[in-house]
Amino acid sequence: MWAVSAPSPVELDRPETDEQTDEQTDDLTFVDRPWVTIVWNDPVNLMSYVSFVFQSYFHYSKRKAEKLMLEVHNEGRSVVSHGSREEMERDVQAMHEHGLWATMEKDPT
Amino acid sequence: MSDGFQRRRKGGAVAAFTGFEADLLRSLAAQLVELLRNEVAAPSAGDDPLEQLLDFSGPTTEPEDPVLARLFPTAYPDDPEAAGEFRRFTEGTLRDGKAQGAVQIIEALEEAGLPAELDDESLMVDVELSKEEAVSWMRSFTDIRLALATRLGIEDDDEDRWMSLPDDDPRTHVYDIYQWVGYLQETLVAAVSR
Repeated sequence: MWAVSAPSPVELDRPETDEQTDEQTDDLTFVDRPWVTIVWNDPVNLMSYVSFVFQSYFHYSKRKAEKLMLEVHNEGRSVVSHGSREEMERDVQAMHEHGLWATMEKDPT
Repeated sequence: MSDGFQRRRKGGAVAAFTGFEADLLRSLAAQLVELLRNEVAAPSAGDDPLEQLLDFSGPTTEPEDPVLARLFPTAYPDDPEAAGEFRRFTEGTLRDGKAQGAVQIIEALEEAGLPAELDDESLMVDVELSKEEAVSWMRSFTDIRLALATRLGIEDDDEDRWMSLPDDDPRTHVYDIYQWVGYLQETLVAAVSR
């Protein structure tokens, strides 16, 4: 997965290691490096509903839910959760279930 | 027009719809079910532009159909392979869940007294929802609004454009329906929020 999704010049940046070691490292990194769920702004969903979904699904406080909702509204997108790839797939699916436009990616930070 | 949803004393929400409103809501929910369950639905609306706009079950060549594309977004925008896998494992479940939610609206309205054919114009349909049912209705309202908005081409902050359409433009009527479902959604969220 990593090799497939990594940018193409990655081979040049890799330290000289044999393939076996490389794969093991990747497996470990896979566990350690979190993914994120991103909710994108859309012209349809009501602010009150988006905040409600963040509270009811993620169990966020009203304050945190509204902060994230406003981020989506004002900046076009917001990272709403962090976790393993499997966890983020569950979150993205739940957001789609609620009609929110969500995607996931590796945490860039 | 009804006052939308009110908070129910023991949790959840209640609403009193006119027969016309309940009939309209049933029709919207039924079209959502058809869209979700019938991917290659044949065009059925004929030449009437109003019917064409309202019939979002229309000819659907998924995944090209923009309503379905909006209801089931691509989870990995930069990784087609992962996106395909995600879709393979989730879209069927999501489709079923959304269709079931819309069916629950139809059943609830009919259990509350909406007849198969509405003939009594003074009929009122009283609906009472638990918290869980209310959340399910919210999701369906969202799906219906996404479908209408996608068919209309609604964009951010374009209210003026829709409000300035002439009354006899079929899109005016569809936009009114879109706004009405939004109003129901707003009152339903308020009714069950802490």
